[in-house]
Amino acid sequence: MIFLDVASWVLILIGSGFIIAGAIGVLRLPDVYTRMHAASVIETVGAGALFAGLMLQAGLTQVTLKLLFILLLFFFTGPVITHALAQAALHAGVKPELEEDRRDRLSASKTDGNAGSDEGRLP
Amino acid sequence: MRVISFGVILYLFWLALSGYFKPFLLIGGLICTLFVLYASRRMKLIDTEGYPAHLFPAASTYWPWLLWEIIKSGWNVTKVILRPRLSISPAMTRLVASQHSAAGIATYANSITLTPGTITTGAKGNILTVHALERGGALDLEEGGMDARVTRFERGG
Repeated sequence: MIFLDVASWVLILIGSGFIIAGAIGVLRLPDVYTRMHAASVIETVGAGALFAGLMLQAGLTQVTLKLLFILLLFFFTGPVITHALAQAALHAGVKPELEEDRRDRLSASKTDGNAGSDEGRLP
Repeated sequence: MRVISFGVILYLFWLALSGYFKPFLLIGGLICTLFVLYASRRMKLIDTEGYPAHLFPAASTYWPWLLWEIIKSGWNVTKVILRPRLSISPAMTRLVASQHSAAGIATYANSITLTPGTITTGAKGNILTVHALERGGALDLEEGGMDARVTRFERGG
């Protein structure tokens, strides 16, 4: 089972690498919103590769199944938390540093009844 | 029918997490399952939104596709982060989600957030507000490739 062991360690190292890169990103990027992108590298690619490596270590056991459930929980709750954080930041009036703001692109065409600038909470 | 299949899945979930097969514990698990089933029925959670059983077959092809998108954009964002001279072009945009159900729109919004480099910051009706780390990420979403894929998933394919 040397092959599985090697594959498992490669995945664990890749996952750790992505987590470190994400942490560097959180420090380097300029504002809340861009830093959230770095954090999402950690919780998707980083955690995913790390968990895949751990599952290979555990083999076909109950532990692997539990790891899979934890990963699924990550993938379902992660976006909700990110969304709540972004909403809270916008609501508190933190302005995103943007190079291009295309948020009004729908209001001209009026594709849908509620398109446009009816989101009063946005800066 | 929907309630029964939900109950079976709940019990299998309990079995998988417990890992014990003594009669006393099996019956205990069954009682817990029935209680949760009763409570979720009373709270009207077992509908197409809370328990989207009709989406499970399509998920088997959608999730691998999404996983590959996550890996690709995760790699791109990592390269942006580690570039010696930081050059980002943050952009925000609005998208029209073409899905018809709440579960479909939620899947689209969550898929955008799960792929690194783009975050759904707001959803109102079928209009999503998105923040992208790079301008290209926002333009890719405006082209609507992911939107079409999620709509296909919603229709069960």
